[in-house]
Amino acid sequence: MTRWTPDPSFYPSPREAAQAPAEKLAYVAAFDRAAERPDALAVLDTDPDSPEYGRVVGWTDLPHTGDELHHFGWNACSSALCPTAPHPHVERRYLIVPGLRSSRVHVYDTKPDPRAPKLVKVIEPGELAERAGYSRPHTVHCGPDGIYLSALGGAGDADGPGGIAILDHTTFDVRGAWEADRGPQHLAYDFWWHLNHDVLVTSEWGTPSMIEDGIVGELLLGRRYGHAIHFWDLARRRHVQRVDLGDAYQMPLELRPAHDPTQTYGFVGVVISVEDLSASIWLWHRDGEHRDGEAWAVTKVIDIPAEPADAADLPDLLKPFGAVPPLVTDIDLSVDDRFLYVSCWGTGELRQYDVSDPFHPVLTGSVRLGGIVRRTPHPGFPDEPLAGGPQMVEISRDGRRVYVSNSLYGSWDDQFYPDGVGAWLAKLDVDTEAGGLTPDARFFPRREEFRGLRVHQTRLQGGDASSDSYCFP
Amino acid sequence: MTATTWLTLAGLGAFHGLNPAMGWLFAVARGLQERSRRVLLASLPPIALGHLVSVGVVAALVTATRSVAASTAVAVAGGVLLVGFGLWRLLSRRHFRWAGMRLSNAQLAGWSFLMSSAHGAGLMLLPVLLAEPVVGGGHAGHLAAAGALPGQAAAGALPGLAAAGVHTVAMFGVALAAAVVVYEVLGVGVLRRAWFNVDRLWAGVLVAAGVVTLVAAT
Repeated sequence: MTRWTPDPSFYPSPREAAQAPAEKLAYVAAFDRAAERPDALAVLDTDPDSPEYGRVVGWTDLPHTGDELHHFGWNACSSALCPTAPHPHVERRYLIVPGLRSSRVHVYDTKPDPRAPKLVKVIEPGELAERAGYSRPHTVHCGPDGIYLSALGGAGDADGPGGIAILDHTTFDVRGAWEADRGPQHLAYDFWWHLNHDVLVTSEWGTPSMIEDGIVGELLLGRRYGHAIHFWDLARRRHVQRVDLGDAYQMPLELRPAHDPTQTYGFVGVVISVEDLSASIWLWHRDGEHRDGEAWAVTKVIDIPAEPADAADLPDLLKPFGAVPPLVTDIDLSVDDRFLYVSCWGTGELRQYDVSDPFHPVLTGSVRLGGIVRRTPHPGFPDEPLAGGPQMVEISRDGRRVYVSNSLYGSWDDQFYPDGVGAWLAKLDVDTEAGGLTPDARFFPRREEFRGLRVHQTRLQGGDASSDSYCFP
Repeated sequence: MTATTWLTLAGLGAFHGLNPAMGWLFAVARGLQERSRRVLLASLPPIALGHLVSVGVVAALVTATRSVAASTAVAVAGGVLLVGFGLWRLLSRRHFRWAGMRLSNAQLAGWSFLMSSAHGAGLMLLPVLLAEPVVGGGHAGHLAAAGALPGQAAAGALPGLAAAGVHTVAMFGVALAAAVVVYEVLGVGVLRRAWFNVDRLWAGVLVAAGVVTLVAAT
């Protein structure tokens, strides 16, 4: 049933969203690598005045095993206020939770008891395959006209192409594949958009056979993983332009467009360069050399070098190189478009850049946690060396709190952290004036708290920096 | 038509104009996007035109049909249509879908036409139009020559078009006022508090209008 007044978590503009109250709860995707126990949605208490602050206060097991929860998202968000087809009286209450390995998509209702999300629907892999031709669902975004769901693989035995499926806003039925014309696009991973410009952007990882059993050295050194991003006409659902970063830049993953709807730039993180193991951040923007302003270009704006290391400290995969790659696997942009957070999962570092001038980022903060070689402990718990590193990063709407979890992807965790990646989720407080990050010693759920499961994406109650898009500046 | 009829038509126009989904909000968004009040103002005429066409088609069809057919049958059919459409709007979980923000003026008018039609904007005028005595007092059964029918129907459409015109002028005026006030004074933040669920009220009005029409017809 619809509401009489707009959902209070919908904001017309990013400026207003940045005034939103602090989140009281966070939802975390947790998965069992062994696929022996069900994956789960863990619910964290993020209210600093609560006696259970920083603890897991809710736990919902999935109905099956082996889903490998990864990313997830809300059924509706601030884009519901967009003026072409507004539906401001729907509720932000359902979490769309794909199983990346199982291709099952779960719908959880958080309204009856926000601490115990209730399963209301399962979209079986067959429905996704038959209606949309896809498998391995990944990113969920609440669009103005439906729920957009990216997928890495094709249907049946088809390894690809991956693409985007559309789910109905209210029934969650799979409506079909989004693309009317995919052009040269084959690999898929993340996507997001510039709503007011009718532009959708997609990135490339690999097909299921390229990733599910771990990263494949020959494919990586053969430069066969994704290395381009694609621009699409969001209204006509057509491919417009493929922009190649160069085949040395393997795996452009997370896409973070400016939240300001008048802007047409965004950031994409590249996991690794096969030439020197560095990671990089690229800015996409309109190409100034084109008079019509309709063509896109990319510019590398951040380079993060690999750190030399003793081969004895490295997993087999990295021994020949004598260095730790930073492995930038997630990035996130604050709602006010000022700070970009960059996860270096290999070296165990979370970086904060001031990107007020997006072409010239300035490093303003860094926190070390974990890392393949360093194993830096949390400053609040100095006796516990940490495996894994900052990976999925989520920012509160007001930009004051950053949450990082430490698992990347089951089989890849095992390659880079062969002695066990563990499970932890840290919260960092941000100095939003000068920049800078400080780990919160009161908020560090880890290990047994997650009941042996690994933790991936975090979603904040009411929305966060990577959940909502806006149509009003 | 009586003064009350014109006022009612204008009042319904104001109601449609006030609904953010009918276009003023889109005009505000376009103005904000380009940081230009001129863009906002230029967006409203195509939106009003789309609304006029959507409402005009229904209104002209109704008055033209009434001028050549038994008015009770038209009223009953119209009433049933209204109640049915209203209930569908009230109970359906489907909503208008549209992707795309960057529209030419022609596309903007098309968007407005589809939006108004999908919401049944013209249908809401039915009870007003059906309550009016038939223009020229024509009774289809008394017509000697069948060849006179198209001419009579065309003439009969005129009051409908006039009604749509008055309705749209009011819609345009209120949409203009709402857009300018939100753009210049209140800011879009007001949407969070003041965006009452017009769709539900709208559907209720459609059902009520249908019931009124049916009662009046019998």
